[in-house]
Amino acid sequence: MNMPLLILLTALKITVILVVFLTAIAYTVLMERKVLGFIQLRYGPNRVGPWGLLQPLADLVKLLFKEDFTPPMVNKVLFVMAPMITAITAFLPFAVIPFASQILPDTITVYGQTLDLRAAGLNQGVIADVNVGVLYVFAMSSLAVYGAVLGGWASNSKYSLLGGLRLSAQMVSYELALGLSIIGVLMLAGSLSLVQIVEAQKKLWFIFLQPLGFIIFMIAAFAECARTPFDLIECENELVAGYQTEYSSMKWALFMLGEYCHIIVASALATTLFLGGWQGPVLPPIVWFVLKTFILVFVFIWVRGTYPRFRFDQLMYLGWKVLLPLALLNILLTGVVILFLG
Amino acid sequence: MEYLFYTLAAVALISGALVVFQTHPLRSALWLIVNFFAVAGLYLLAHAEFIAAIQIIVYAGAIMVLFLFVIMLLNLRQPEEELARPRLGLKIAGITLAVISAVLLGMGFAKVVIKPVTEMPVGLGNTESVARLLFTDYLLPFEVTSVLLLVAIVGSVVLAKAKLR
Repeated sequence: MNMPLLILLTALKITVILVVFLTAIAYTVLMERKVLGFIQLRYGPNRVGPWGLLQPLADLVKLLFKEDFTPPMVNKVLFVMAPMITAITAFLPFAVIPFASQILPDTITVYGQTLDLRAAGLNQGVIADVNVGVLYVFAMSSLAVYGAVLGGWASNSKYSLLGGLRLSAQMVSYELALGLSIIGVLMLAGSLSLVQIVEAQKKLWFIFLQPLGFIIFMIAAFAECARTPFDLIECENELVAGYQTEYSSMKWALFMLGEYCHIIVASALATTLFLGGWQGPVLPPIVWFVLKTFILVFVFIWVRGTYPRFRFDQLMYLGWKVLLPLALLNILLTGVVILFLG
Repeated sequence: MEYLFYTLAAVALISGALVVFQTHPLRSALWLIVNFFAVAGLYLLAHAEFIAAIQIIVYAGAIMVLFLFVIMLLNLRQPEEELARPRLGLKIAGITLAVISAVLLGMGFAKVVIKPVTEMPVGLGNTESVARLLFTDYLLPFEVTSVLLLVAIVGSVVLAKAKLR
């Protein structure tokens, strides 16, 4: 297949996945409002469309038409760049997460011409099977902190700056626990490629071999997404809205987009690493992947409706003195078991 | 591939220069991040995927965040006050130094023979080979480095705590 066509088809594939992904984010917001409503014994949004199903559209229109105000004292370039960094770094990890085994046949015939879709993995259920996939995901998520830090600093306001600093301290701390919690999985799978990690779970999901790793991963993922009970950056009574305080309209919406994108990516990553990815009986792979991912997304919302917020010193204590040693212990135990059984 | 290499190399050089020429420390830090990305791209072109990923995670994702942290906490919002105008003697000395170093550098570069890069051995920078080297041939330096870093951490904690008391 020639190069321009290959690039075109890859771009097409990425676009389709991105559109599906954006829709999923929009409906995650609705799901959160509905589930929280259910937990708090109220209806949640139910005016727009049947069961409030068109609410995301209404929200989008509202956000688009709001005044996009840039306060006069801000550092303009960084103020505009920060939400973009947040949104982009939130999307990028999905490029290496396999959501199905194969989505298209090996070859298709268009107008009598046979196209070999195996080129560049066009028929695979993943955008890019990178041999350091896990590291790529961590590289992108470690960059996510810049959106908050730069947004907080560029806003030139006390609440924003403190919120940005808080979030960066939180994310740098929990990145360690997050990274160490999956070392056990990597040791079992013997690969950094997410596609191969999924295939290594054909017989048994890694959650059964790595229960401790899974728990540490989920707790650290909550902190990385800055979700309740770790949403200290936006606790209203201390920091107004943290680094988002000075933002409005679509710039603010990009921050929100980033947050929900992080939730879905974290759930998809947990599915891939611990729950066997797209594998499962009877139903097609992609259905299994979406199902597992959305169960974890539901857990995110459920926890938000259930737990109160941590104090900042408790957050640091949990990260450095509980999760980090436990993750190291998990690596040690996994190593010993592999040495004697493997 | 070659165009990609020259583009990345140009970005690396220009952003590196911008790191030095900014008056505001925060801008320098941000250009340094751009520089890290360009260098990571160069690693990718050399098929050293592992090194590239680590470059982003460690340098751009962790170290520079701490740098930004410190810069913001020191509250260097406005650039430092205007530098004093250099005196005539300093100007002459600076220009002379620049000319001499330009001549010396030029003479040095003239001797460099530019030839195409030889192919890297397959899989030199990938995870397996790096891990194999780290845990066999370079095990002792690797472990000693980690102890050294630990000492640095303990030392900084001790210094910080001593101030509190």
